[in-house]
Amino acid sequence: MFRTLTLSAVAALGLATAGHAAGAYDTHIEDFDFSFEGPFGAYDQNQLQRGLQVYTEICSACHGLKFVPIRSLSEEGGPSMPEDQVRAYAEQFEVYDAADDDFRAARPSDYFPESGLETAPDLSLMAKARAGFHGPYGLGINQFFKGIGGPEYIASLLTGYTGEEKEEAGVTLYENKAFPGGWLSMAPPLYGEDVEYADGHENDLHHLSEDVAAFLMWTAEPKMMARKQAGFVGVVFLTLLSVLLYLTNKRLWAPVKGKETL
Amino acid sequence: MAGIPHDHYEPKAAWEKSLSKRLPIVGLMYDTLMIPTPKNLNWMWIWGIVLTFVLVLQIVTGIVLVMHYTPHVDYAFSSVEHIMRNVNGGHMLRYIHMNGASLFFVAVYAHILRGLYYGSYKAPREITWIIGMLIYLLMMGTAFMGYVLPWGQMSFWGATVITGLFGAIPFVGDALQAWLLGGPAVDNATLNRFFSLHYLLPFVILGLVVVHIWAFHTTGNNNPTGVEVRRTSKEEAEKDTLPFWPYFVIKDLFALAVILAVFFAVVGFMPNYLGHPDNYIEADPLVTPSHIVPEWYFLPFYAILRAFDDTVWVVQIASFVTGGIIDAKFFGVLAMFGSIAVMALAPWLDTSSIRSARYRPMLKWWFWLFVVNFFVLMWVGAMPAEGIYPIIALIGSAYWFAYFLIILPLLGVIEKPLAQPDTIEDDFVAHYPKSSKDAAGGQAQATPAE
Repeated sequence: MFRTLTLSAVAALGLATAGHAAGAYDTHIEDFDFSFEGPFGAYDQNQLQRGLQVYTEICSACHGLKFVPIRSLSEEGGPSMPEDQVRAYAEQFEVYDAADDDFRAARPSDYFPESGLETAPDLSLMAKARAGFHGPYGLGINQFFKGIGGPEYIASLLTGYTGEEKEEAGVTLYENKAFPGGWLSMAPPLYGEDVEYADGHENDLHHLSEDVAAFLMWTAEPKMMARKQAGFVGVVFLTLLSVLLYLTNKRLWAPVKGKETL
Repeated sequence: MAGIPHDHYEPKAAWEKSLSKRLPIVGLMYDTLMIPTPKNLNWMWIWGIVLTFVLVLQIVTGIVLVMHYTPHVDYAFSSVEHIMRNVNGGHMLRYIHMNGASLFFVAVYAHILRGLYYGSYKAPREITWIIGMLIYLLMMGTAFMGYVLPWGQMSFWGATVITGLFGAIPFVGDALQAWLLGGPAVDNATLNRFFSLHYLLPFVILGLVVVHIWAFHTTGNNNPTGVEVRRTSKEEAEKDTLPFWPYFVIKDLFALAVILAVFFAVVGFMPNYLGHPDNYIEADPLVTPSHIVPEWYFLPFYAILRAFDDTVWVVQIASFVTGGIIDAKFFGVLAMFGSIAVMALAPWLDTSSIRSARYRPMLKWWFWLFVVNFFVLMWVGAMPAEGIYPIIALIGSAYWFAYFLIILPLLGVIEKPLAQPDTIEDDFVAHYPKSSKDAAGGQAQATPAE
């Protein structure tokens, strides 16, 4: 909070040089309009299910979600899939069971598999591990109003490929407008219409990216809805308590201050 | 208590007398709760209660978190995720604990700045001030070690950078650093000892808080005028003061409720705003984050630490004079700890006979510049050390030291203070003209609730 309050007058001092401190490549993060933004924003259950489909058919080829229990797909405030569906979904993954010293089909009580590709980072917390928005001038004002921008970063990365490629030390790098430095080794995973949605929802690149980014926000913050609910109840009750204590205090001090009592 | 004449607890019933003879606990509680408190205290006197509350909040949430946390490099990060996903209410517990640290520092900075503005550190309250500074140092240590426990990238690299500071101490540095870490680098041994100390230190703080309260209950509270409560007679004392219960308890609880409402909004709606995204990446000793930044509450001191590189002439002189023993890194470390040390010495550096900046027309300006400077340092502490930022950091650091080492000693000599009110009662009546002297005094006598 204090970062935000830091005097804007002071910021003016840094105006001259601060802009170019970040690096040579100017990244571009699009401000996607997610349903879960703001104090009252909620996950769109259908979008999370679509995002799960994109993750399963595309991302999971290389990436993992090792911190996410498969059973949480049926939990409230998430994709909320029926339990038998989750059980069927789990069976497509093979997990190692130490008790049998063998592999078996996964159950809802198991976790999603780890990344299959060593260089592919785990995606469980990716939406909280990246910041899409910064500044201005290190003051954190953008993050206060727009959010930290993790899911925006993911969606922007998926839509941000320019089509340019180059080879460096035997690795093919792809140019991307959202990636710090501009070049990353992940080939464009989505082109649009890579996934056929059962509900006939639009599946162009923009929508696929948005859906999977929303899904990854849920994997990073599965209790967001419960948290906002608790926060709201807390704020309401504490505000009520504040009003009552304010009146109590006013009444208590009135005779001391020579004021009329209520 | 406080040398301020007031009513004491009188055991009446037979059992009360009997208990009082054996263990005067009721009398102690009565005197603590009914302590005569200057009635002109303003809203900056609420932070003590907030701090006490947050300390208890952190201890309670922390104890429950420990029940689910695993202090091991292989499991720490995933055990935190276990808390966030599988423990009932675990996500709230952790977010409250995490943001509770920030609330703790918001409150402690407000509390310290209040002390600096109203001269609360001056005689006879120097011991209260020194103990407060000790609490603040322990708080910083506790917060730092707590931040390492989730074992994210910032945890690991923050620990590496900060423990590296001890390595900068000449001759014994390397040995000291290895001793602190339990090995040559931040590893499992480090995590385990930090966990142990993160659990221990809050209770040390709790003990010091008791002594802090004991000390200022002995001297009595300072107040916005800096004028002492009249101790000549009970009647006069009662015109300057009101009992802590119920007047200040209710007032403080009101302030606490308002602050907690804001706190809950942060926890509920933007719990990661004050954190760093990199800490959601598991610690990896092989990958250094591009930009290592401490939590916001350390930033002013981090700025002071980085301000003194080897291009600064003070550093060059120090290095030359000591034959290179004090290099830039060690100078930075000395400056960082020195910045807190000079603050702790404020009672002896301030030469003015007037406590409150309200009656010190020159100090007032310097003080507000100090506050602005504090935020500027906080801001440059978060910026990369390049371009204009190191220069701003250097100017800010210089002002920090100048405030304590030059301005406070000098102003006491050259400043012409304004007229102070004779008594706290006069100040109170000036604020609330309708509380005539008799009415105010009479009221205080009539109302103590027992």
